[in-house]
Amino acid sequence: MSEFIGDWQALLVLVVAGFLPNEVWRMLGLWFGGGVDEGSELLVWVRAVATAILAGVIAQILVLPPGALASVPDGLRYGAVVAGFAVFMLTRRSIFAGVVGGEVVMLGGKWWLG
Amino acid sequence: MALPSLDSPSWQSPVRAFAWGMRSVTSTVLTLVLFATYLGIGALAHDTHFSLGWVLASTVLVWAGPAQIILISTLGSGATVVQAAIAVTVSAIRLFPMVVSVLPMMRTPQTKRRHLVLATHFIAVTLWVECFRLFPQVPRERRIAFTHGLGIGLCAVCLFATALGYGLAANLPPLLGAAILLLAPLAFLLSTARNCRQLSDVLALVLGLALFPLASLLNTGVDILISGISAGTIAYGVHWWRERA
Repeated sequence: MSEFIGDWQALLVLVVAGFLPNEVWRMLGLWFGGGVDEGSELLVWVRAVATAILAGVIAQILVLPPGALASVPDGLRYGAVVAGFAVFMLTRRSIFAGVVGGEVVMLGGKWWLG
Repeated sequence: MALPSLDSPSWQSPVRAFAWGMRSVTSTVLTLVLFATYLGIGALAHDTHFSLGWVLASTVLVWAGPAQIILISTLGSGATVVQAAIAVTVSAIRLFPMVVSVLPMMRTPQTKRRHLVLATHFIAVTLWVECFRLFPQVPRERRIAFTHGLGIGLCAVCLFATALGYGLAANLPPLLGAAILLLAPLAFLLSTARNCRQLSDVLALVLGLALFPLASLLNTGVDILISGISAGTIAYGVHWWRERA
């Protein structure tokens, strides 16, 4: 088992720097959200903030791309997402078609640019 | 795949609700996105010399793709445990509003907090989006069992993808890496757009996208939080003003 996971220090690092930082927010949400009423106005605000934070994560990956995505030119990255969104709307909101459309534009663009 | 109607006898036992949750794993394209993301995480862990067991344990314990990518890449680049923990903590703040907005949909008057602990652990972007999509088709008293099934099913798919990515690491072409990284923003954007129920959701999505580039100029390290809270609050403000009018 120790071969498989690594030594106990590696596991401790995982718990301290990986597990706890995430679980703390989830359990705070459980503690806090346990008493909120489903139809309350507070929840409309909380959902709007959660949606906007997720939108920020999306924008961050596109504007400041990590790793291999940085090798794709800015215009092509944005173009691929716009194309994916257009396909999504044209196919009566099919996520699958939109994702495939966006990826095809990105891969095609990369191939065409060489 | 369609779920049975709300009054169907297949909802009478929690075990069957759990099974319907597991089967729902096949009903969403987000499963493929998770699969590809975890393929990438497995490969990243291999390239930064973490053990297979360690990265599999991180998939179960952390259960948040972006956090795992940050954890592995910061530790791999020689950062201290404290630096990695801070970076991961900031990225994980988004889980708080997600949990707060989903849990009231799972609760019945009889539900105790401890019944929700495992379901809460499974909440990350994918489960949050899928709960909003699927819960209207699941009877309220079976939603916790359903979520356990969905969460465990998705986790199993991701464990398989993590191990596969770890094994294939050396043979993945670089263009595939770019394609995998583009999957997450595309799928998050489209699934959130499809789930928008009211004007405040649409506004929050659009403003959140637009405000992040501005907030990132501040370089605070919590830019996403700044743009998210401002965009969400403006969206709510518009909703509140329209309700009053």
